Amino acid sequence: MTVTVQPPVRAGTELDTDVPLVLNPGRTRADRVFFAALMVASGIVLLAIGAILTFLIIYSVPAVHYAGASIITSQHFAALGNKPKFGLVGVLVGTVMIAVLAVCVALPVSIAAALMINEYAPRRARRLLTAVIDLLAVLPSLLYGIWGLEVLNSEAYNVTVWLSHHADFIPLFREPDATYGHSIFLCGIVVGIMIIPIVTSVSREVMSQAPRDACEAALALGGTKWGMVTDVILPFARNGILGGVLLGLGRALGETVAVLLILSQTNLVHSHILGPGGGDIPALIANLFTTVPQLGKSALTVAGLVLFATILVINFVARRIVGRPQVRIT
Amino acid sequence: MSAVVQSPPTVDAMALRPSASPPSEERPASRARFAPGAVPEFLGCLAAAVALMVVVFILTGTPVTWNISSETDLGLLVCCLLTFLAFYGVLTSRLHGTLVAKDRLATTCIWTLGLVALLPLIQILLKVVVEGLPVVAAHFPAFLIHDMATAGPSAPVWTGGMGNAIVGSAEQVGLATIYTVPISMLTATYLSESSSAFSRLVRTIVDCMMGTPSIIAGLFVFLFWVKPRGTTGYSGFAASIALGILMLPVMIRTAEEVIRVVPGSLREAALALGSPRWKVSLRIVLPTVRSGLLTAAILGVALAVGETAPTLFTAHGSQEYNFNPFHGVQANLPLQAFQLIFLASKNYVRDAWGGAFILVFLVLTLFVIARILGSSRPGRRPIRIRRRRKEVSVP
Repeated sequence: MTVTVQPPVRAGTELDTDVPLVLNPGRTRADRVFFAALMVASGIVLLAIGAILTFLIIYSVPAVHYAGASIITSQHFAALGNKPKFGLVGVLVGTVMIAVLAVCVALPVSIAAALMINEYAPRRARRLLTAVIDLLAVLPSLLYGIWGLEVLNSEAYNVTVWLSHHADFIPLFREPDATYGHSIFLCGIVVGIMIIPIVTSVSREVMSQAPRDACEAALALGGTKWGMVTDVILPFARNGILGGVLLGLGRALGETVAVLLILSQTNLVHSHILGPGGGDIPALIANLFTTVPQLGKSALTVAGLVLFATILVINFVARRIVGRPQVRIT
Repeated sequence: MSAVVQSPPTVDAMALRPSASPPSEERPASRARFAPGAVPEFLGCLAAAVALMVVVFILTGTPVTWNISSETDLGLLVCCLLTFLAFYGVLTSRLHGTLVAKDRLATTCIWTLGLVALLPLIQILLKVVVEGLPVVAAHFPAFLIHDMATAGPSAPVWTGGMGNAIVGSAEQVGLATIYTVPISMLTATYLSESSSAFSRLVRTIVDCMMGTPSIIAGLFVFLFWVKPRGTTGYSGFAASIALGILMLPVMIRTAEEVIRVVPGSLREAALALGSPRWKVSLRIVLPTVRSGLLTAAILGVALAVGETAPTLFTAHGSQEYNFNPFHGVQANLPLQAFQLIFLASKNYVRDAWGGAFILVFLVLTLFVIARILGSSRPGRRPIRIRRRRKEVSVP
């Protein structure tokens, strides 16, 4: 706060005791320049996301103009030829199916991993286990893709056959063509493994904030450790876990390379998840973008815009729920 | 409440009675175990495991074996696990009652599932080493130097290589690092020093940007940079913009968390001594956490090195060396491995594993460096104050 009194008296000159000193703790000119530089840098970040949204919207206009509402009502996507069709329902459904499956795979494993690191593992092993989970997060998605294609595809073959024979009371698991692999199911598992680190680290962070005295009270009352987990830790961490799941869902929706490698795409609504077929927005874009003509590129941009907007909203909601999860680097 | 044991274990009444003498300093020799029952836990586990082995042997006639680096029947594994859990549950509930059985089953499940999370990691790393190391090691530096221009689908292992991709990766990631590091460090400083409405907005946007799908970054750069330039638009530089967009939020968030660790008293001390705020930021705060900031940068680089999708429409990939990142298509490591796999010829897939091995080696090295740097606590490094020799003579 600057206190200014007329006439100003500078410190160090003859002092009139009745007139207060001018105190100027505000920012100097150098400070203002510095903060301006900081704001410019932050502005670049805003500019980046603004530019992404603007360009996606501008370039998606021609396709929307051409196809109208059929973009979100029909499921046939054929960008080549004289009369291209741009129905996105098939890939939308496929993307959501992969993401939901991924969350189903990741959720139990992540909660267990978070509990293991926080409550069950010996104190010394905690840092190592956290490091290993973080390492899972930095492994390139290409590797998960190759692993899914070359290893898991054949390893999981018997399981998928068994599922299609013995669990066919669930319509999704029926497989009339008796061909297995390269499926939405497999993509769901691989993408699920890829989002385990983010769900785990967010839930672990929230669980570690559970009130320690309540935990100890539960144990002191003669409760078992599992009782403490179900009655104190999980209720406390419920919201945080939900936030972590939403963040994982966002990642799963946007995963490209692993799905592109594993899935044999048909871009139609495919309800038999154990066999080849189905679609996925990022994989569709990556697969076709360089080969299709102008209008097709525009249609793919529409798909990208839909995906990006969905993920932004999901992330926003997730961050609101979790608050700001701490990023630990130690 | 299900957490409470129905029949609480009898606690020695003497131990609970308040004693007249002041509490003695010596601690009890061992903590009282509240879990009832004298049979140690591992014996139950062992018994259940033995029962499982016997059952599997009776049913299939072969002992249980599992080789992690080769293809395995996942179904058998899951069945074994479930059988083991069933045996173990029945055994403990007969010995100790339902509640303890529930607790121990939960413990087993949590350990199993938690370790299952690490299983893919182990298998991926093993597979990459088993498949990729021989490719890289054959005629050792050849694979790191040659490009794919002359390597046909039936060419032997030493004709092709990842040299062009390594050059491309280095240039693209290097360029991206050059312009993301200053921006992200400044933004992180701004976010931690200011609490205005603008900084809250930036923080929200950065949080949302964290989940940008990598393909969208590639799509954007294609529309923004490559498309207006026609067929000559593909370049390593375009790829570096896309990578930069993905690196920014990661670096900003990590750096901001690091800067937050700096104690406020340090800042206040500097301000109280009359430093202007820019000097406090640049000369006191940032140098204090320089190892953490380096960690943030390295984490960003480690993520960018492995990204494939954003470079698909920007660098586009190439079979030959291209040292100029500003002109012409350029390869990079994950992209080249990806494209080789898509060619689906046996030898190309073999070379792709080689590329994946180099990639894993790079990412692991970066990750370990980041860990080591990040684990040194902020503030441990003494702040060196430069003194002018003329004025102060240090004895």
